[in-house]
Order: sequence, then C-alpha cells, then structure tokens
Amino acid sequence: MSTTTKRALPDGLPAPDQPPLTKPYWDGTRAGKLVIQRCKGCGAHQWGPEWVCHRCHSFDLGWEEVAPTGRIWSWQRPHHPVHQALTGFGPYTIVLVELPHAGNVRMVGNLICEPTAPVEIGAEVEAVFEPHDEADPPYTLVQWRLKD
Amino acid sequence: MSERTLRGKVAIAGIGETTYYKHGQSPDAEFKLALQAILAACDDAGIDPKEVDGFASYGDDRSDAPRLAAALGIKELRFSNMHWGGGGGGVAASVANAAAAVHSGMANCVIAFRSLAQGQFARYGRSRLGAAAMGDDAFLAPYGLISPAQRFAMKITRFMSDHGIRHEALRAIAMASYHHAQSNPRAVMYGRPLTEEKYDASRWIIEPFHRLFDCCQENDGAGAVLVVPADRAKDLPHKPTYLLGTAQGGHHRSAAPVHNAPDYASAHFPTVAKNMWAMAKLGPQDVDVVQAYENFTGGVLLSLVEHGFVDPKKANEFLVLENLLAPSGKMPMNTSGGNLAECYMHGLEMVNEAVRQLRGTANNQVAGAEVVAVLGGPMVTPVSSLVLGTEATL
Ligand SMILES: [Zn+2]
Repeated sequence: MSTTTKRALPDGLPAPDQPPLTKPYWDGTRAGKLVIQRCKGCGAHQWGPEWVCHRCHSFDLGWEEVAPTGRIWSWQRPHHPVHQALTGFGPYTIVLVELPHAGNVRMVGNLICEPTAPVEIGAEVEAVFEPHDEADPPYTLVQWRLKD
Repeated sequence: MSERTLRGKVAIAGIGETTYYKHGQSPDAEFKLALQAILAACDDAGIDPKEVDGFASYGDDRSDAPRLAAALGIKELRFSNMHWGGGGGGVAASVANAAAAVHSGMANCVIAFRSLAQGQFARYGRSRLGAAAMGDDAFLAPYGLISPAQRFAMKITRFMSDHGIRHEALRAIAMASYHHAQSNPRAVMYGRPLTEEKYDASRWIIEPFHRLFDCCQENDGAGAVLVVPADRAKDLPHKPTYLLGTAQGGHHRSAAPVHNAPDYASAHFPTVAKNMWAMAKLGPQDVDVVQAYENFTGGVLLSLVEHGFVDPKKANEFLVLENLLAPSGKMPMNTSGGNLAECYMHGLEMVNEAVRQLRGTANNQVAGAEVVAVLGGPMVTPVSSLVLGTEATL
C-alpha cells in the first residue's frame, strides 16, 4: 500500500458523500484497500456502486478487494478552473483507469505527474491513497501514478 | 396491423424564436422569453395560440407547461411532457414526443420548445456543487472532474487517439458554424468571424482536444416549434415540413455510473441512429443538410460517425471547411451557425433552421434541400435525433 501526504489538487473541492450504497468503498480506501462491488450471484464486477447486479439482477452484491493497479484507458488535462478551489491552479491531469483483473471496470482519479508530462493510453499505473484525515467525516481518495 | 411509425404523420407548421442574447444579457425574464417564442411559432403557423393543447420540452426547462397554459389562456391542456436528461440530449425527443401525442390523438396542436436565460440562474461551466459531492459526483468532483466539458473529454481523447484524428478536423467543425453565422443576422456571433489563426491561438479549456472555440457558449433566449397532424399542415401558410424519422435513448448501459459505459468513446447514438434511419426509410446518403448539436466539437465528430455521415478512417480528409459549407459543400452543416455561433438554445435553433432549409428560406440556403437531419446533443443519455423532409420525400 502506497500513501501520499502531498495532495494532487488544492484543498476546498467537494468531499465525497458516503451513503450506505457506497460506504464499503470509502471504508476500504481508509484502510488502504481498493474494494469494488462483486455480485455474489454471478460473479460480475460492478463499478460504480448500484443496488442490483446489471447482469443477473441479484441484490446480493458483495465487496471484493482488488489489486490496486490498472492501465490508463483515457485522460484529460483541464486548464480552465471550474471550481473556486482550482482558481490559479492547474493544469492538472485526470485519468480513466481500467482494472483488467476486475472485469475491466474503470475508475476516475488524478494522475500524479508534472502538468506537462506526456500521458499514454495503455500505460500501467498503480493506486496511491491520499488521506483527508481532517475532513468530517474523513475520507481517502485514490490517485494514480505510473508504475516503475 | 398498420405499420407503427411517425413517418409523414405530423408536420412542423410553425417556428419561432426570440432575439438571441449573449449570456446574461436578456432584458426579459426566462419565462417571458418562452412565451415570446411560443407566440412567434403560432403566428408563423397562422394558428391561434389558444388552440395549442400541449407542451413538450427537455433539459429540465424551468418554464413549465401548466404555467404556460394558464398564462396563454389555453382552452384545454391535453399533453405536457418533460424529457429526462440534461442539456440538449432531448431536443429531437421533445419534437418526437409532441409528434407522438399528435399522431396518437392525445393532442392536436403541440409546442416543443426550450427557454434558457442561464444568466438569471447558475453557469454551466462552474461548479454548482456544495461541500459534499453526491451520487456519481462523489467519485468525480474530488478529482476536479466537474464541468460538462470534463464529463465528456475522455471520450474524445480516446476516440481521436484510437482513430488518429487530428484536432484540425474539430477546427473545421467550429469554423463552419462561425462561417454560417456571418450571414445570419440572428446569430450571436454575427460580425465576429473565426479564423484558423484565432482558433489555434485560443486558450486550452482541456488538453488535448478542447480549445476555447471547441466549446459552446452560454446564451439567453427561447425557441419553439408547433407540431400538428400532417393533414392540417397542408392548409396552413407555409410549405409543410414533415417528420420522417426520429428516435431517442442510448445503447447498452451508456449511462453506466462513473464512466463505465461498455462502449465509452461514443456519443451514444449507435442504436438511436439505426432506429431513426429505419423509421425514415432513409440513410445519411439521402440527407441534403445536417444540423449537428455542438456542445463540444468532439461530440459533433462522434455524432457524425455514429449516424453514418463520416467514416472515422477518412475523418481527417473529409472534415475540412469547404465540405461543410452551404450552399455547395459535400455536407453542409450547421447552416445557421449552430449552437456555437447562432445561439446555444440547446439545439432548438437547429430544428428551426432545418425547417427554414426545407421551406427554402434559410440565410445560407442549400438549393433544393429536401431532407434535413438534426442530430441532438451528443454524449449524454438519452440522446435523440430526427429527420425532416418536404412533401416530395413522403
Ligand atoms: Zn450478478
């Protein structure tokens, strides 16, 4: 497990709501684990969280820890500040990361890199856990960096 | 059993719009703009506004049907419909829903409209989130993924990368809209041409494919069309424009949460376009003029591909300015200036322009236009499209 105290983005962006549907994910990230929904009926991985399995319609959705690695499926680098917390900051890099070992679900996060660094679709990345301990309730985001 | 179709069953008898304003500059309240556009559409159709018996809109339009019916003294309200989904995904669907109501006999005379004075409310390009991000946003906003442009940008990155399509193809799309706006006095960008140099020098909104001129502006105004049974349209002042085909929706799990649509690098038209062409009994080769909703130029590219107008392998060669211009380009597109340069009226202005082209009264007329396609707002779900034609196409 890899964590960072240097945050990808300035403080002040919205914090994630943690309702019952998604709470196991946020509990997982607090413990440095990447957990996603996996249907106990048919075994399908599912992301983001939903009440029912999109494949077999089972409501018996479990949560499974998956390896915190993936590959970049797509990316963007915003320049225009869309939130007051981002004014005067940026550009920054957002990646869509595919998890091939977990049914190819995709997650959104920031790529920890220089704002001018080239980004390559297909590049291997690993998760970096970014705790926000001071928040109420506290939460931990999942960021990504290129694998060595 | 008779064929279930809207082909040739209804017509757009009247079109109307307000003056189009830059963001925040409308002197009139949003609801007043809606009333003005609706009355203009009735006047254009030669129909007493009190005969209107239905309203259809989309994008969570704030001008609700009950208030409109009361304000206009409508004798009897028989149909009111709000199409799910944000932005302009429902622009063609609002016309289709009006058409379905008319054809089914639920109503006789239905307005499809959009009214928007965003300046009197909140900006699209800025966050309206509170301290906590709910639902999908919980997995997006903390990473600075908030605006509409950011929601769609990674679709564009992937599609352009997969197919080796250059940013110049998107520049041609933006320039076509601005070019046509220069001969349309209604257009917000009338008198403000766009050059390649100005486009290339414009600032990044999002790398790698969203410069300033790839993104729609925000505007104030309203637009409306009046939908009536085909038989009735024959007795009205204008040459009738018939609905030939329309569809709405999205393909398999296109709205899957947190960017997990299986076919992600898509505008979500694959099934919608197929269904629309099937109803119209036409294909892209039959279309004389295309109106393709620009929220972002990359979305236009995806729409054109998914409706069969552009082969992604040939996009770099085909998407050049001269091919997109009225009157004689291979595929005249966004002939009034579109969302980018006429007015961002969430595509309703494109339905009006389609009708003008078929009547032969457009500012940038394509001679002898018989079939016009309107591709609604791309990359959301549900999306929607329609094809209109003259009497000769029935
Ligand atoms: Zn299942």
